[in-house]
Amino acid sequence: MATKTKPGIPKESINLNGNGHSNNGTEPKRLEVLKTYKIYIGGQFPRTESGRYYHATNGKGELLANVCLSSRKDFRDAVVAARAAFGGWSARAAFNRGQILYRIAEMLEGRKAQFIDELMKQDSTRAQAEAEVNLAIDRFIYYSGWCDKFQQIFSAVNPVASSHFNFSVPEPTGVVAAIAAQDSSLIGLVSVIAPIIAGGNSCVVLASNTKPLCAVTFAEVLNSSDLPGGVVNILTGKVAELVPFFADHMDVNATVYCGAEANMQQMIKEKSALNVKRVQIYDKVKWMSEEAQSPYFIMDLQEIKTTWHPIENIGGAKAGY
Amino acid sequence: MIATKTIPDFSLSPRVDQVGIEERASRVTKRSIKNETKVNGLMLALNMIDLTTLEGKDTDGKVKQLCYKAQHLLDTYPGLPTVAAVCVYPSMVKVAKTALGNSGIKVAAVATAFPSGQAPRDVKIRDTKFAVDQGADEIDMVISRGKFHMGEYNFVFDEIAAVKEACGNARLKVILETGELVTYDKVRRASDIAMYAGADFIKTSTGKISPAATLPVTLVMLEAIRDFYYKTGKKIAMKPAGGISKAKLALHYLVLLNEVLGEEWMNNEWFRFGASSLANDILMQLMKQKTGVYQSADYFSID
Repeated sequence: MATKTKPGIPKESINLNGNGHSNNGTEPKRLEVLKTYKIYIGGQFPRTESGRYYHATNGKGELLANVCLSSRKDFRDAVVAARAAFGGWSARAAFNRGQILYRIAEMLEGRKAQFIDELMKQDSTRAQAEAEVNLAIDRFIYYSGWCDKFQQIFSAVNPVASSHFNFSVPEPTGVVAAIAAQDSSLIGLVSVIAPIIAGGNSCVVLASNTKPLCAVTFAEVLNSSDLPGGVVNILTGKVAELVPFFADHMDVNATVYCGAEANMQQMIKEKSALNVKRVQIYDKVKWMSEEAQSPYFIMDLQEIKTTWHPIENIGGAKAGY
Repeated sequence: MIATKTIPDFSLSPRVDQVGIEERASRVTKRSIKNETKVNGLMLALNMIDLTTLEGKDTDGKVKQLCYKAQHLLDTYPGLPTVAAVCVYPSMVKVAKTALGNSGIKVAAVATAFPSGQAPRDVKIRDTKFAVDQGADEIDMVISRGKFHMGEYNFVFDEIAAVKEACGNARLKVILETGELVTYDKVRRASDIAMYAGADFIKTSTGKISPAATLPVTLVMLEAIRDFYYKTGKKIAMKPAGGISKAKLALHYLVLLNEVLGEEWMNNEWFRFGASSLANDILMQLMKQKTGVYQSADYFSID
């Protein structure tokens, strides 16, 4: 039996969804506008200067997106942006940094559905995806609270045998170059960025090569969270290609590597020695677990400054504090 | 000789095609310059710098430190050239001259009521003579932009000629302050006036006004120099100043220079950069080329 069709335009010619099927025979399906996944440098979303890209696929090999294959020059530009942003960010009141981290969590919450969708495209089940996004939000809340508190716990007033008031406080180390966990799309990235910026550092982070989608979307969250441009810069690309530059750039003060490859760790340590970078290697951390959040992650990227402040000997007063 | 030269009607200076000039200037920024060519270009740019400090807070100490830097740009990098000159206020000329000794680096002094130029002519002449007496090798004068805008081209012309006379053997750089001239037509006209009045250099800016030197404005001035050369056979030097702080931009200027005026102008007798922070950026790029490692400002002198 022939189905009824509208006279005039044949159905095929108004079918815009490109898959050869009309959408249950009534409405023509809209041609979706796909997102261009770009990198995040200095508060802007440029394409890689190299013009290169690679295919991000899921486990079945289906194409998810074309993603920037960043070059060393993108990294160089990102370090310039991070260095420029460091002064302002580290000079902010710690409380204000906490407010901004909280704001990031708020923005993440508002875009939960998008992150869950992207995680599922990258082979997570719905339950796994929801758990990962919830934990990412909670992790920002967690570090938001620590912003103006870790200093008190790790500072000390030191006993000295002279007329000095002597105290030690942690200060941010500077520009941090981090290679995020490669097996995770969101939680690995978030868990490495949050303690870096909570402590007042700025950073350049290389996202997961195989699961890059959430990193770019997360950059959009950062961009709408009152976080000054340049404090966090996110690149996508090949770890092996970029790691040498992450480790030997003279204007980088610390390198973080979340991977287990021994030769890579060795190379990072050697190259980082050039300007005595702080090196942190997180190769055994399970990013979905409780152990992946602690104020010690903040302290890993702090320098202890000790101040000797001369004091008068006041008549009649005794030494002590 | 000026006496035998016919002085043209400056109101008939060629008009400049703004769109064309900007388009052409933007083309030179897209060249790729690599490896040895880049290193040679950077070395040349370094050798063309007028290392400058022009601040109210300048002290003898600051000038001495700058002169030391001019002679020892980066001692860990053997074979580096020195800069071309040190540029200071007239009151600092003697200090600079003593500090530079026989290093071959010239001392340039900004005179004639720099940066505004709003002073009577006799004051400007005395300012110039003072700087020359103190030992300045080069004088950077500013033109009277107000008079220029009022159409008093003869006044501007005569003033430049008078300062040139006061300079004696010192080379005269005439600062047009292109940021205050606003249009390319006026930049071209002011360039023509300066060259006919006896300028040895024409210079874009004082560095106190934004915009300072730009590629298109430099192109307009280079073309004026080229036309003047074809007409009179006399070579005039060029000095863009202000806002040139990155090595890459300096290379763009060299490309522009080479394409408009050619190789004869590619040395510090005929081209200078007025800059202070440019030197460090060039040094960082040279070190990057040498070591293969991106550099940090932490390991270079404070300018």
